[in-house]
Amino acid sequence: MATVSTNEMKAGTKVLIDGDPYSVIENEYRKPGKGQATNSLKIRNLKTGRVLERTLKSGDTLEVADVEDVEMQYLYNDGEFWTFMDPKSFEQIQAGAAPMADAAQWIKGEEICRITLWNGVPLYVAAPNSVELTITETDPGVRGDTATGGTKPAKLETGAVVKVPLFVNEGEKIKIDTRTGEYLNRVGK
Amino acid sequence: MTGRSQDWRPAATRRVLEARAELYGSIRAFFAARSVLEVETPILSRHATVDRHIDSFASTDGRWLHTSPEFAMKRLLAAGSGPIWQIAKVFRVDEQGRHHNPEFSMLEWYRPGLDHHALMDEVAALLAHCGVASRCERTSYREAFVRHAGIDPWTDEAPRLRAALRERGIVEPQGLSSDELADRDFWLDLWMSLVVGPALGGDAPVFVHDYPASQAALARVRPGTPPVAERFELFWHGIELANGFHELTDAGEQRRRFEDDQAWRAARGRTVPPYDRQLVEALQSGMPDCAGVALGLDRLLMLTLGLTSIDQTLAFPADRA
Repeated sequence: MATVSTNEMKAGTKVLIDGDPYSVIENEYRKPGKGQATNSLKIRNLKTGRVLERTLKSGDTLEVADVEDVEMQYLYNDGEFWTFMDPKSFEQIQAGAAPMADAAQWIKGEEICRITLWNGVPLYVAAPNSVELTITETDPGVRGDTATGGTKPAKLETGAVVKVPLFVNEGEKIKIDTRTGEYLNRVGK
Repeated sequence: MTGRSQDWRPAATRRVLEARAELYGSIRAFFAARSVLEVETPILSRHATVDRHIDSFASTDGRWLHTSPEFAMKRLLAAGSGPIWQIAKVFRVDEQGRHHNPEFSMLEWYRPGLDHHALMDEVAALLAHCGVASRCERTSYREAFVRHAGIDPWTDEAPRLRAALRERGIVEPQGLSSDELADRDFWLDLWMSLVVGPALGGDAPVFVHDYPASQAALARVRPGTPPVAERFELFWHGIELANGFHELTDAGEQRRRFEDDQAWRAARGRTVPPYDRQLVEALQSGMPDCAGVALGLDRLLMLTLGLTSIDQTLAFPADRA
């Protein structure tokens, strides 16, 4: 089992605490001139996303979490699992609902997603930063109204609902920022 | 080409290098005006500190890089040097972080005839002379803990110190030994690092004085209930800048402390360097009653210039050295 010492922990180092994988955000070394040195870690739980603080004695070690980010292509969803494929090796893996919590509403197939694997199992799937999707349902557009700044809800082909400007119509394709869920622009046909 | 190809460049800007040169000029003028003699002492020694929490770099020929010029300067004092000062590069293993670099610049000086309170006055005078801070405040170690932590470092025992830390929502390090769990100083150090220290010196630099006797290091202990170490530290913006003592001059007591620290290190499988026998001999021959202080110049520059890390004050911090 690989371990990492407090003085080797940098932002991005993946460690195992109480059986859960964490990513180090900050590592602050503190030492009274003539006293016990400590490292205060700010860490993110990679399963829950929660940020915690932990204090270690300097020189203590933690087990390294076998966590890596890979890029894979989304193939299909069978109702329970989302299946992804490595575009080079054609190897396939499946992600359950928990790691898909954020990404599921933005992808329909063929997108390249960033998957965080822990011991080879998906912990978290991130959709591409922006996606282009077709509006399947929204109130009729207000022609020419590009200035008032008003918005209305629009349902997309993946089922996601986003706020769009009043002039955007059903059947149009739009670009969305998946990190904020915000409408970016219409996509020309 | 990689991102690391810029590593040959200095981390400090030209302005910071100039500020350091100016600061050193002011320090030199301050001590010259007060007739304190500038000295230099060996960096490489046959002896090393045996302080429980300070580790020395060992050379391949069995000698040690000093972690402070303290021992050699005290030998000068015992030989009748009178008041002395120096700026020394000192070295400490594994001390690296936002406020630490394994090699750093220390201003250290000794004043025969002064006690720790009179020396605090002189530290404050130096900071004013260098245009760093016009005034300093003063609080006792106990007052600082009562005010900022709500605990009494004289009477609260280890289990209480531990529980109070948890009540603050601070998760203690895991896997502590029974030794550490019962060690009041271990918990007081955690409190100092995580809670009390960061709250000190928000306005003006503040001297914290009169430490627990168990944290005397090389300070004399004033008898009383409880006995108190005549030691002080200077904090500014939550950062420790200086450490001073009304110096221990008792050779027997000095040897006992060295041997206790060696035994503590041996019991934990830590390196046990040879303590400085020549210092003990110097104390035996008689060192004048005096106070001494060490001040970290890199941190002082960092705070004076409003920088956020010690690396920004160094031409070449450890990662580029």
